[in-house]
Amino acid sequence: MLKPILRPGKEESMSNLKHFTNGIIKENPTFVLVLGTCPVLAITTTGFNGFGMGMATAMVLVLSNIFISILKNYIPDKVRIAVFITIIATCVSVVELVMKAFTPDLYKALGIFIPLIVVNCLVLGRAEAFAQKKGVFASALDGLGMGIGFTISLTLISIVREILGNGSFFTIPIIPAGAHPMLLFILPPGAFLTFGLLFAVMNALKRKFKI
Amino acid sequence: MESTLKNMILSLSLISMAMAAGLGYVYVLTKGPIEEADKAKEVSAVTEVLPHFDNDPIKQKKEIEGLTFYPATNGGQLVGCAVKTYTTKGFSGRFDLMVGFKPDGTIHKVVVLEQKETPGLGAKMNDPKFRDQFMGKNLATYKLKVKKDGGDVDAISAATISSRAFCDGIQKAYDLYMKNFVKSNSMASVKADSTAGKGGKHE
Amino acid sequence: MDYIKIIILAIIVNNIILSQFLGICSFLGVTGKVSTAIGMGAAVTFVISMGNAITHLIQTYILIPYHIEFLQTITFIFVVAFLVQIVEIIVKKSVPTLYQALGIYLPLITTNCATLAVALLAVQNHYNLVQSVVYAIAIGIGYTLAMVLMAGIREQMEINGYPKGMRGFPMTLVIGSLLAMAFMGFSGLVK
Repeated sequence: MLKPILRPGKEESMSNLKHFTNGIIKENPTFVLVLGTCPVLAITTTGFNGFGMGMATAMVLVLSNIFISILKNYIPDKVRIAVFITIIATCVSVVELVMKAFTPDLYKALGIFIPLIVVNCLVLGRAEAFAQKKGVFASALDGLGMGIGFTISLTLISIVREILGNGSFFTIPIIPAGAHPMLLFILPPGAFLTFGLLFAVMNALKRKFKI
Repeated sequence: MESTLKNMILSLSLISMAMAAGLGYVYVLTKGPIEEADKAKEVSAVTEVLPHFDNDPIKQKKEIEGLTFYPATNGGQLVGCAVKTYTTKGFSGRFDLMVGFKPDGTIHKVVVLEQKETPGLGAKMNDPKFRDQFMGKNLATYKLKVKKDGGDVDAISAATISSRAFCDGIQKAYDLYMKNFVKSNSMASVKADSTAGKGGKHE
Repeated sequence: MDYIKIIILAIIVNNIILSQFLGICSFLGVTGKVSTAIGMGAAVTFVISMGNAITHLIQTYILIPYHIEFLQTITFIFVVAFLVQIVEIIVKKSVPTLYQALGIYLPLITTNCATLAVALLAVQNHYNLVQSVVYAIAIGIGYTLAMVLMAGIREQMEINGYPKGMRGFPMTLVIGSLLAMAFMGFSGLVK
């Protein structure tokens, strides 16, 4: 986690690489933009769930960014939000159907939060702020970078909550049998607490390294 | 693009139609795999809760009062019946269980199918430690209640509500099973059914 | 299922924000002042109760008869987006000060997951039309309750000093954690 933060940012023209890394650190959707926080709190109970949710969102982001970028010249300004939401809802439904077919267990575990990717402000936010202005390839990279940044944050929070609250790491038990994990961290209050404290740590790091 | 009325209507409806068509296509593509995934889950749950059998319980399933019964036979002999049951008394509402009964009503095994109980608490009901205490128990003699309520069941610590609901689901399955399958007459009809469907292949 | 049970579950036990984590963006964003929190709560309550009535009718009379349930997400979000537009016009005309205070969050009710989630949850729970609307109103009350509680605490926190790194979102989240803990005390209230 630390290495990329330490790397000095090059302030040259926005190269494609930059579009990609932008979402991972500098504009991390969870810890910097603070968009789409519902799944961050709700499904981060195990590492697998966090990772799965992150990947599902990343898929939607890439797909919707690509479609919106392709269609950007055919979308009248006044109805753009309606068109964006149509496109995003379609992408989400596609991802939902694919998950239902090929990863049914993950689909069950994430439940209602899969259709709710539609209303994840992150997806609409990227459509509005990036995809409707930039080229197809750059938009795809932006979506991928944002998706990976989101996945990293979700997985990080999940790992902390799972270790503290369930005593396991990606469902592998790591505390000795008989020891009691701090259940609170898996329950709703633990979600808020973990996110809040990690956020404070990120703030402190940002100030220290002046990002 | 200019926001004239014609443009807006044209663009919105064309894009919506294209998206709906694309989605319909994906739906058709994934329909088969989704059904297969559902079926595979049903088969594996039924297989897990029953002793060895050689018919196809999925083909002979019967729905009675909201519960699904899967009678299993081995060489024409009834060896048990899996029951897909549910309870609405869980901590987070409804959850589904699959219970396997032997012909005399003894529980063979229980697995949890779908649940959204609290992770680390109620969700522990799928731990072998909890669910396997029901193996080989016959409800005619075993008191299916948590110890707190004067029964024989060791509840999951700090999740009495989930444990009670679990018992409720099994009780529901047991009552209907005894009523519809074990009482003398209906037993014969199940046997006749199962021999008829013997040709079914079980994977 | 009786209505009292639905109402108590929706307001307190399964509070939409504090135990189901829906509508978190607005919970973090517009809880700076009690008055805005109330306005936001009222707007959301209106949208979800209207939305639930309409989505319930669509689900029962269009999606299920024609076996096109896979279009559920798209149709529901359209209903929500449409209603938000109406609320926005009404609020802008009648209460301009509230309109300004709510700022970007009013159009953002469209992307407030609570609105879509409540419609989807009502369908999942097989509620009938009346139950669905009652459920939505109760959820709206629970939402407003959580928002107002948070706003009240944050107004008080303004006058206290605490570490710089904790300012803003982190502190709000920690307060949220304590509130969620308090609401956990209600679990098991309804059997």
